[in-house]
Amino acid sequence: MTMASNAAQTLKSQFGKAILSTVEFRDEHTLVVSLEKLHDILAHCQGKLGFDTLTDVSSLDHLGEEPRFEMVYELYSLSAKVYLRVRASVSEDNLVVPTVTDLWATANWHEREVYDMMGIKFVDHPDLRRILMWEGYPFYPLRKEFPLAGKPSEMPDVAFTGVAPLEGGPFVTQPSTAGSISREPRARN
Amino acid sequence: MFHKGLARLLAESRLLMSDSSLMNVLLPVDTELAPAEAAYDSKIEGNVIFTRLDTAINWMRKNSLWPMPMGLACCAIELMATGASRFDISRFGAEVMRFSPRQADVMIVSGTVTYKMALAVKRIYDQMPEPKWVIAMGACASSGGMYRSYAVLQGIDQLIPVDIYISGCPPRPEALIEGMLRLQRKIDEEPSFVEQKKELLSQLAKV
Repeated sequence: MTMASNAAQTLKSQFGKAILSTVEFRDEHTLVVSLEKLHDILAHCQGKLGFDTLTDVSSLDHLGEEPRFEMVYELYSLSAKVYLRVRASVSEDNLVVPTVTDLWATANWHEREVYDMMGIKFVDHPDLRRILMWEGYPFYPLRKEFPLAGKPSEMPDVAFTGVAPLEGGPFVTQPSTAGSISREPRARN
Repeated sequence: MFHKGLARLLAESRLLMSDSSLMNVLLPVDTELAPAEAAYDSKIEGNVIFTRLDTAINWMRKNSLWPMPMGLACCAIELMATGASRFDISRFGAEVMRFSPRQADVMIVSGTVTYKMALAVKRIYDQMPEPKWVIAMGACASSGGMYRSYAVLQGIDQLIPVDIYISGCPPRPEALIEGMLRLQRKIDEEPSFVEQKKELLSQLAKV
């Protein structure tokens, strides 16, 4: 039994129903937790279980499902050399997630990126501005319904966007053992 | 064309070996010496050349192009290599990279122009004094390249006029040098002074 599964067991006994499920795949341990207890669980991981590093904060868009969005936190313990993944679903009707900048300072920019690309807001974030696109850009580009080519927008003296010509694209690769000509990125139907 | 390029004329004349500067020969300060006599004065005969003012101006412009390195992505690495010793862009008079647009002649847009950066590039271009030229270096600056994306401007020519496009991802330094030489050829054929004269005359006509 690895340290990560120990941590998963500890959390399960500590938080009970707030841990919705645990997934183990090739020694990667994932906890699916409820959003209400997300901050408490992450605080426990950081304070009691020694997950002192937040490697990444990410978000998923399951368009057509309910709840639509999902937050993903990748934790790491430098002393135990153990990874742990924590996920929590976020409903489209209430796109609000507690910030973890009080636990890991590095979450600041990660959460700004999630806010910029997916439009999920973080409560009590010290500096919740867009990080890649400019303030006033009207879209959230990593959402599934946003077209790859982009949408036109205009902010005088700040920036503008246009629609990229895809020419039958998007260009995608096809995994196979065929030659490189058939594997290379092309427009496919 | 009646007039050959000034550079060729210079190569044929002995001007390069003489001590006189080009400007002194083109614009004699000694008013006592009438121009008609000067041509037949055996002492300076070999130092006098006749050319068009346009050709002389273009010759000076094209051989000291000061680039504004608009380095935005990996093409800028090749741009730096072009400036360094192995490829040595100073062989063609373009080694003086100016990070102030007010001192630059040619903007080398080397890299991916994102929409966030686009207006900044245009502002820098606007700050460059005339005459000015633009080289779009590489696929991204020319057309957006592989970034068919919401975030990338699909070619810098949508914002500012481009004189030379260089293909490649990124182009090798030789390609950039070839682009610089083509720009020199283009400058060589510009009717720079004639245009200015026309503009001046039209302005005078309005007054």
